[in-house]
Amino acid sequence: MEPLMALAIGLLYATAIFMMLRRSIVKLVIGLLLLSNAANLLIFTTAGMTRGAPPLIPEGMSQPLGQVADPLPQAVVLTAIVIAFGVLAFAVVLIRRAYEIVKADDLDKMKDTDT
Amino acid sequence: MRPEVALPVLLPLLSGALSLMFWRSRPMQRFLAVAGNVALLGVSLWLFVEVLGDGYITMQMGSWPAPFGITLIADMLSAVMILLTGIIGLAMGIYSLAATGRGHEKFGYYPLMHLLLAGVAGAFLTGDIFNLYVWFEVMLVASFALLILGGERAQMEGAIKYVTLNLLASVIFLTAIGLLYGTVGTLNMADIALRMDQVEHAGMVEVLAVMFMVAFGIKAAAFPLFFWLPASYHTPPVAVSALFAGLLTKVGVYSLFRVFTLIFDQTMDYLQEIMLWGAVFTMVTGVLGAATQYEFRRILSFHIVSQIGYMILGLAIYTPLAIAGGVFAIMHNIVVKTNLFLISGITHRLQGTYQLKKMGGLYRQRPWLAVAFFVSAFSLAGVPPLSGFFAKFVLIRAGLEAEAYVATGFALAVGLMTLYSMVKIWNEVFWKALPEDNLVPAAQTPVGDDGRLLKPSLWLMYLPVVVLAFISLLIGVFAEPIMQVMNIIGDQLFAPDGYIEAVLGAPGDTEATVVEPLELDAEAVREPGEELP
Repeated sequence: MEPLMALAIGLLYATAIFMMLRRSIVKLVIGLLLLSNAANLLIFTTAGMTRGAPPLIPEGMSQPLGQVADPLPQAVVLTAIVIAFGVLAFAVVLIRRAYEIVKADDLDKMKDTDT
Repeated sequence: MRPEVALPVLLPLLSGALSLMFWRSRPMQRFLAVAGNVALLGVSLWLFVEVLGDGYITMQMGSWPAPFGITLIADMLSAVMILLTGIIGLAMGIYSLAATGRGHEKFGYYPLMHLLLAGVAGAFLTGDIFNLYVWFEVMLVASFALLILGGERAQMEGAIKYVTLNLLASVIFLTAIGLLYGTVGTLNMADIALRMDQVEHAGMVEVLAVMFMVAFGIKAAAFPLFFWLPASYHTPPVAVSALFAGLLTKVGVYSLFRVFTLIFDQTMDYLQEIMLWGAVFTMVTGVLGAATQYEFRRILSFHIVSQIGYMILGLAIYTPLAIAGGVFAIMHNIVVKTNLFLISGITHRLQGTYQLKKMGGLYRQRPWLAVAFFVSAFSLAGVPPLSGFFAKFVLIRAGLEAEAYVATGFALAVGLMTLYSMVKIWNEVFWKALPEDNLVPAAQTPVGDDGRLLKPSLWLMYLPVVVLAFISLLIGVFAEPIMQVMNIIGDQLFAPDGYIEAVLGAPGDTEATVVEPLELDAEAVREPGEELP
């Protein structure tokens, strides 16, 4: 499972960076979206993928039997997803407003503040 | 239970929530902006005094023992940064009353300001690396919204660059956290520091260190990652600019100091060289960028970048004295840089423009404003006996002791160049006569919603400026006791054992510190205080 995930994550990062390097602001936001998804999957994978072993303690015992999945990265990913969701919602509104004002979907037309 | 550690985070959150509840009541929001920040300053003073007495103050959130729960910890560095947050927060609260337009107030300026301060304070106090990411995001989201408040074209363009690069930095940071957790199996910074020595895969540690350096480097606006800053910081309302200039990049610098003294101290052998040259180029490009500009706030923005170089130089030289000097530079810069932005806001109110060419004659019109600018600007350039001189003096002495002669030489030269920029502003804004084509006073008499002229209540803008200039003077006069505090910080950061012990308890105190990384899956859910199998 891990090699497959690694490939998927690498592909996501590559796609995200490619999209971010393009001039269109819509593609820029798509790139950001993919990038945060890639990071979330990475956290999920690096912490180790344990299959079918929920971190539950059987009744009457004080610690789980054998190897169980680590619940912490899942909590972390959940938090990260929520944050990414909020931030991306903002980014989408921002590009819409920017498009209304600048009237172009092109980063090269947004150089007024650079010089 | 030490509530003073959590209060600097909780109070601005509370003020922000209350402020949101009084969404329609402008007087109430304005009252909260001052009252909430007075309370924040009070609490931060309390925390500072307590830390000065005790060294470290920790608080385990929800009473979960250290490596499992989230720890809040205040060491001397955090306490000083929180104190500065309190000072700047109050200054901004008062200044905003006069500087912020009704339109901005209506769309949630004050709640966002409180949330931004909560994020900054949280980042300074947390002892958990993922929690640090969360506070960064709290701070960022508030700053995004503040940055586009008003919705002018320049703000949109600046915001796109600001948002993109900061999100990129956040994702790099998050990726690094994921890899770090996969490597050491914990998120508590003190616990990570302990386990970092046992990591067998040295290459992984190096990759992680560089990822953290890049992520925080973008947030701190270090060379070559600073381009978002001068493209965006001059676009929002001036009170927002000042708040950003004072606090936001410094959170990035703080994180660099924290992470590279606590977690990645063993990688400093070779990262030192990269950071040293990064710092030198940051100083030089920042100050050269400023030299070509003729817009008040853009000059100041480039100087933020330049000054970040001094702070990172302190970390890069990596001796207790250099770190003390770096923190001194952060402290002095927060006060002085905020003040310069506040002054640019007043001159804009008086003359209706930020273009230096169109300004002039303010030395005659407002001599006291000129004095306040003089103090802040020359302090920034490092003229004795003002605060900037001592920051630079300590850094340069540390540089000479560490035999980093080239970097030290650049630091001195950049000081001169800073003086050149500041003299340029002084000449154009205060000294020369007002050019005749300045169609001034449009901005001098803001008109209210009902069409009546509003009183340009300038004293509310002057008050924080005078107080901050005074603080800058005080830092210069009382350099000796402040330097003692800085030395405590240098020692604490350089020998992180105290920090680790404060978070995890003395070695052998709890079993939590002897958990083997490999058995983590089973251990993470073990009942605290129970026997190890």
